[in-house]
Amino acid sequence: MSTVTVDLAGVVEDAAAHLYVWALKDIPQDLRDALAAARDKETSTTGRRVLEIIHRNVSIADEQKNLVCQDTGIAVYTCRVGEHFPLHPARIYAALKTGTERATVEHPLRSNAVHTITRENTGPNTGYRLPIVHWEFIPDWDGLDVKCVPKGSGSENMSFLKMCVPADGVKGIKQFVLESIVGAGGKPCPPGIVGVGIGGSADYAMYLAKEAIARPVGTRNPDPVVAELEDELFGLLNETGIGPMGLGGDVTVLQCHIEHADTHMTLNPVAVNYQCWAARRATAHLAADGSVEYDREF
Amino acid sequence: MASHEVTFPITDPAEILKLRAGDEVTVQGHIIGIRDRTQIRIFDQGVEPPMDLTGAFLLHTAPNVRKLGPGRYEKICIGTTTSARMVRFTEGLGAQYGVRAICGKGGFPDDAIEPMHRLGMVYFAIVGGAAALETTQIEEIEEVAWEELMPECLWKFRVKDFGPLIVGIDTHGNSLYHDVQARATKKLEELYARL
Repeated sequence: MSTVTVDLAGVVEDAAAHLYVWALKDIPQDLRDALAAARDKETSTTGRRVLEIIHRNVSIADEQKNLVCQDTGIAVYTCRVGEHFPLHPARIYAALKTGTERATVEHPLRSNAVHTITRENTGPNTGYRLPIVHWEFIPDWDGLDVKCVPKGSGSENMSFLKMCVPADGVKGIKQFVLESIVGAGGKPCPPGIVGVGIGGSADYAMYLAKEAIARPVGTRNPDPVVAELEDELFGLLNETGIGPMGLGGDVTVLQCHIEHADTHMTLNPVAVNYQCWAARRATAHLAADGSVEYDREF
Repeated sequence: MASHEVTFPITDPAEILKLRAGDEVTVQGHIIGIRDRTQIRIFDQGVEPPMDLTGAFLLHTAPNVRKLGPGRYEKICIGTTTSARMVRFTEGLGAQYGVRAICGKGGFPDDAIEPMHRLGMVYFAIVGGAAALETTQIEEIEEVAWEELMPECLWKFRVKDFGPLIVGIDTHGNSLYHDVQARATKKLEELYARL
């Protein structure tokens, strides 16, 4: 019996390099469907014009194999690591970093990463604590799922946190989400996905909001109480009239996704993280033997 | 809502004065790419821009490019960034350098309305994120200055049928963004009452 040694770190690196470029060029079908529904629903002349241009742009990116949006973002990955996956997360992180760098240099892609004080560009879209990786560990499993979400700055700049108090209740959460999206206006490239994180702590609420924007468009939180809030906020946000690109209209958001965590009895945090209409997302599923499948699930 | 075609840089201010908020505009000629660091260098560090900005159309951008040789770049993907971060430079761009149009996405806050009215400048709204399309309308990168700020250099692009753009703020004190915000703020009161 011969033993085949699989270079799993190399497989993760290749997957990261592929995911980053793929995500930037080819937006998921669930997003395409949501954008088509938005175009059908919009009644304002300017709003329809904006949505038609968005469709034309997506078609041109498909035809020319070009990036949908010029903002190559900061590379954010979510990893679901199986308990028995035979590569340690420390090595997974290193491979994701190298893969991000390779994609940036080989394509080439615009490098956005700078030192936060000196503002000097750090190189190929990586740097100190970049890329950003969210981790989830799965018992009794030997696989690895990697989701790449290149996050543009126009929408990331429209992130908001409020430490509501218990007496503010759910009403306080709703008001904060509404005022945040109206305040953001056209800046985050609406219509996009409003990610809301509730509960946990200040930092965790924002982490959850970022998880929420990266879900397939229109999926619902498994907790029916939270799912009901998603439906309600989705409806309310589209009554604000901000419209496509903030120029006025019926469609302000494509969706509202909420992730939640239990919290302290005296806490009621709410975080909002915006995802622009170019909600780029791509996923790789790695098996322990090094085989890889690509899709947009999770 | 009228449609116009304007060639930049403009020499006749009437080309700008005729535009009204909500109108659609297609742009020909040359446009200048500029971003946060470029304007910080001009206004906060007092460095004179090595390009003539008289009558210019500025685009808020930082493109994806491939370097071909010294000072020569090929376009890969060119799109537009959020303007609001750079609103404080509006007065200086118009008064000191004669810029007549600023194009970006997401709009300028109300601070821009008065200087744009006084200095005869317009704000053009482009569809943010629609960079694949925008790239096809940029024929060539003709000149690049301040390469050390890559990708936030000063870029000179030759464009053909650039747009359609929507006049977001005109020279007559009208702003679509102001109007949308005013209506949305009023609507919020109604929505809050229903919660």
